[in-house]
Amino acid sequence: MQETKYMNPYLAGVLLGLLLIATIYITGRGLGASGAFKSYAVTVVEKVAPTHTANTKFYDEYGKEHPGSSPLMNWLVFEVTGVLIGAFLSGLISNRLDFKLEKGPHTTNNIRIAGALIGGLLWGVGSQLGRGCTSGAALSGMAVMSTGGIITMFAIFAGAYAFAYFFRKFWI
Amino acid sequence: MGPLVPDIISNNLNFIVALVIGILFGAILEQAGFSTSKKLVGLFYGYDFTVLRVFFTAGIVAMIGVMGLNHFGLLDMNLVYINPTFLWSAIIGGLIMGLGFVVGGFCPGTSVCAAAIGKIDAMIFIVGAFFGVIVFAEGYPIFEPLYKATNLGSPRFFETLGMSQNVFAFIMVVMALSAFWIASIVENKVNKVSKSPIRFTPYYIGIASIGFLMAVSAFIFPDRKASLTQLVEDTNFVKTYNLETMSADEFAYRLMDDQDDKFQIIDFRTEKEYTKESMPKSTLFTIDNLFEKEPNQLLRLKHKINVFVADDEMTERKMAIIASELGYKRIKILEGGLKAFNDQILNFNPIENPKNIDEVYQNRFRDKAKEIIPILIKNNKSAGPVKKELKRVVGGC
Repeated sequence: MQETKYMNPYLAGVLLGLLLIATIYITGRGLGASGAFKSYAVTVVEKVAPTHTANTKFYDEYGKEHPGSSPLMNWLVFEVTGVLIGAFLSGLISNRLDFKLEKGPHTTNNIRIAGALIGGLLWGVGSQLGRGCTSGAALSGMAVMSTGGIITMFAIFAGAYAFAYFFRKFWI
Repeated sequence: MGPLVPDIISNNLNFIVALVIGILFGAILEQAGFSTSKKLVGLFYGYDFTVLRVFFTAGIVAMIGVMGLNHFGLLDMNLVYINPTFLWSAIIGGLIMGLGFVVGGFCPGTSVCAAAIGKIDAMIFIVGAFFGVIVFAEGYPIFEPLYKATNLGSPRFFETLGMSQNVFAFIMVVMALSAFWIASIVENKVNKVSKSPIRFTPYYIGIASIGFLMAVSAFIFPDRKASLTQLVEDTNFVKTYNLETMSADEFAYRLMDDQDDKFQIIDFRTEKEYTKESMPKSTLFTIDNLFEKEPNQLLRLKHKINVFVADDEMTERKMAIIASELGYKRIKILEGGLKAFNDQILNFNPIENPKNIDEVYQNRFRDKAKEIIPILIKNNKSAGPVKKELKRVVGGC
């Protein structure tokens, strides 16, 4: 079966915008993603090395900021679980479910794997430092006109454009 | 008034809400094509600007929508999470994420989307991001000075720039529209096709007209606070507005009756006067408090009668009119204001030779009140201004 075409980007943008308005109206906070990664990372480290987390400042501060039972009882963890389900259903409807390593035309699988791993690593560090990623800081920050969010947004795009030239072989 | 969490939607139900919002979020991202790294990085090599279009359209729509909700008094921005601004970590963190974008081909949200439909590179990316967080956690002592440098609080960008919210929103819209236009031109060049960058399809016309109507509505309808403040400027209107009043005697009686828990005083004097001396059962309020979500809980209490007091009756009337127009019930004002109360009760001079039994009773009651109320006032430890617990939602990533 043929893959369905993607949605018109402006229509998708309006829908996403309306969803974000609803999210802020209902919950008083925006959308996010990297926070869920953090919750999972904290949980795993806590399970593997409990004494270590007790003695490390980062986990200590995390615990203070997020009082409560488990780091997984977190709004973003539920939201990202939803993202997983929603994207899967959408892929199912549009015939896009397929195990595939996607890469640029002039690159090897190994380079793509290394790139994805290192790229992910950079996002992990960057989103912690910048207090949010494209969803939590940039998009939600723009919706509430937060200075920090908008600065982060420009920095992400500026960084990507600045470094794009050096990694062009990855993609084109 | 929003946000609905935690008063209308409990914190546990909020998790279900999160799941539903997430499903919609994931579905929209996937339908827009955010589940493939080739489409995502296209933005940085000029062959596909989908991300830019979706992202900025969403940002602008949400920004204007939030402004609108706030404008019409439906959303209390004091309770909404505003991402804090730490200047240097925002910039450096952003640049690192930008580098990660062109190296890895995803951002966290989109990687989850892509992994959901089976993209192996996205799953590897998620593993990388996971270790990235751990690297940050373990290296926290190194990152911490940068992480916490130049804390500017939670300003909003138009405040930082010193312009009005509307002007800022307008600039952002113009910027986004120009970006869409330029993106289309670049896209055509890179892909060597020629499509007109501006096309009048029903989609675009529909979307643009909704945006236009929303923007215009904000100009036509002034915001609630401004219009109500304007309304009570009209002295005649204020004087003739039908409000329930409470006489100084009843006020004094209820003040002294410690069994009476239905009675609460909403005090509109200045904070200075209020801290100096205040009556029991009273709370200090300002005109701004009437429009905020937290303080209003007090006025909503079902069994209470809210008596608005101020030095003069005119101020009381104005505040009571605003409160009534905002839909609050059981609002009364003290007849003649505190000035009259002071004259009639606190500085009461008994009527010489009372002519009838009523005057005798009045003398007796007011004499008693004159003694007791100052003691009550003296013993009343001022509760201070109405507690504005700014329980902002903990948000962000």
